[in-house]
Amino acid sequence: MTTLELRDVTKEYRLRAGFRSTTLRAVDGVSFILEPGRTVALVGQSGSGKSTIAKILTQLERPTSGRLLLDGKPVGRGRRAQHAYRHQVQMVFQDPFGSLNPFHTVGHHLARPVALHHPGLSNDELRDRVQSLLRRVRLDEDLAERRPHELSGGQRQRVAIARALGPGPGILVADEPVSMLDVSIRLGVLNLLSTLQQEENLGVLYITHDLATARHFSDDILVMYQGRIVERGVADEVILNPQHEYTRTLREASPDPERRLRELQG
Amino acid sequence: MRNLPPLTPKLLVGLTIVGAFVLWGIVGPFVVADPSGIDNIGLSAPSADHLLGTTQTGQDVLAQFAHATRGSLIIGLVVGVLTLLLSAFFGVVGAYVGGWVDEGFSLFSNVMLVIPGLPLVIIISSYVTDKSVWLVAGVLAITSWAGSARVLRGFTLSVRSRDYVLAARVAGERPWRVLLVEILPNLVPLLASQAVFGIIFAILGEAGLSFLGLGATGSFTWGTMLYYAQNSLALMRGAWWWFIPPGLSIALFGAALALINFSIDEIINPRLRDHTRAVTKRWQVTGPSSGTAVEGAAPAEKEATA
Repeated sequence: MTTLELRDVTKEYRLRAGFRSTTLRAVDGVSFILEPGRTVALVGQSGSGKSTIAKILTQLERPTSGRLLLDGKPVGRGRRAQHAYRHQVQMVFQDPFGSLNPFHTVGHHLARPVALHHPGLSNDELRDRVQSLLRRVRLDEDLAERRPHELSGGQRQRVAIARALGPGPGILVADEPVSMLDVSIRLGVLNLLSTLQQEENLGVLYITHDLATARHFSDDILVMYQGRIVERGVADEVILNPQHEYTRTLREASPDPERRLRELQG
Repeated sequence: MRNLPPLTPKLLVGLTIVGAFVLWGIVGPFVVADPSGIDNIGLSAPSADHLLGTTQTGQDVLAQFAHATRGSLIIGLVVGVLTLLLSAFFGVVGAYVGGWVDEGFSLFSNVMLVIPGLPLVIIISSYVTDKSVWLVAGVLAITSWAGSARVLRGFTLSVRSRDYVLAARVAGERPWRVLLVEILPNLVPLLASQAVFGIIFAILGEAGLSFLGLGATGSFTWGTMLYYAQNSLALMRGAWWWFIPPGLSIALFGAALALINFSIDEIINPRLRDHTRAVTKRWQVTGPSSGTAVEGAAPAEKEATA
């Protein structure tokens, strides 16, 4: 089983404007642990550093300082170490319309991660794996021959989830997985994610700006504001008893039927 | 293949003309007489013996035309392939790798972009006495790849940061595979369009150089035919059979390649296909009561009545 720990991670970007350069601290001293079987929600507004954390977790960006520990061991920089890391940590991207290559079939998208992380599979075995991946995300098996533009947004995001499951990871990073989908199909995709998480005992980082789904689908909530984690705790506790001012603002921004009813009566 | 352009009249005409020239360039030289063979018949109009007449020195124009077609097509093909390779390497690889490589490649393309081709060839021709076809093709390629490299770089920069490229990296694909399998296929229409443009440029450029007497020595191309026709005052003596075949060929072949290029452009930008002048005119002509064009017609008519 896999645990992934961020320890005091900071990421700075240099912004150049002519000869002057300023540094932007996108992530500032962030630490948390992802454990198997637990879903952690990372909540925050746009630009608060949520997606930078996703990029650091998937090794698309290197932290400026701080450490990334997989099962307690630091992650190496070599090709082999990266490959082993990616076997364990996978990601679902935000935009299902951008995260699938329009040129390739669904089958290609699913077969490549499997083939990369399970070398030596025959073509038949590979096809079986692809079909079982499609079944696991509740899609028809004949979808493998289709291209992304023939699928709906919800189907695409299911394909993206299946691709992330291809290597057989222990940790799944989901960067706003439903924010680009129609409201009517969001719940289906979120339920699928949570079912898969329970089936595989995955550690999930659910990045979102929606407090309601964060509370519903996760065990712990981290609230991020301007690159720092300003509040953390068990989901219900954070929502019902917010300590930080920003969390309260967030909570008041989300619709509350009872408050609305009181307003209407009074 | 899903990415092949639909067979429009434009594409059909273009492909037919290009196909006819390619066939003539391949087969022609085998069926005609010796293009350099001198005859004391002198300048003569088309006849049964010489279907396209003869030149001032009695050479068969049809034979020269066949060899010239082959020569021009070879130049076009060689330069087209070379510019494609050079622009793809400097444009795509630079943009994909990023950092200093990109800066360097980009600077190099910009420098090559401002090197003028014609003076460069004049300088080279004053040093090299015996210029081969390959040398001329090389010079044309070196001076013409930079423009399309810039176009490709811009497009690659946009594709490189798309989520599916990042997703391929997260899946653990090697960098060269990300480039060749995930990025390059999406550049194919653009590459094809740039290559066709490169061929047009090369044939026109070579014709221009040859017409100025700077072409490859001892070669037959449409440009050299025009050069000799001009030197022998073919125009003043009314020897239309001498200069019209190569001149018309250059115009026709260029037009045909341009038609093919338009068809490829329509894949890259479907709006070019849907918003042609003919289509927009139809929007305004059709009344609001009839059929599908209503939505397009309505705002235009409102403006007209107001």
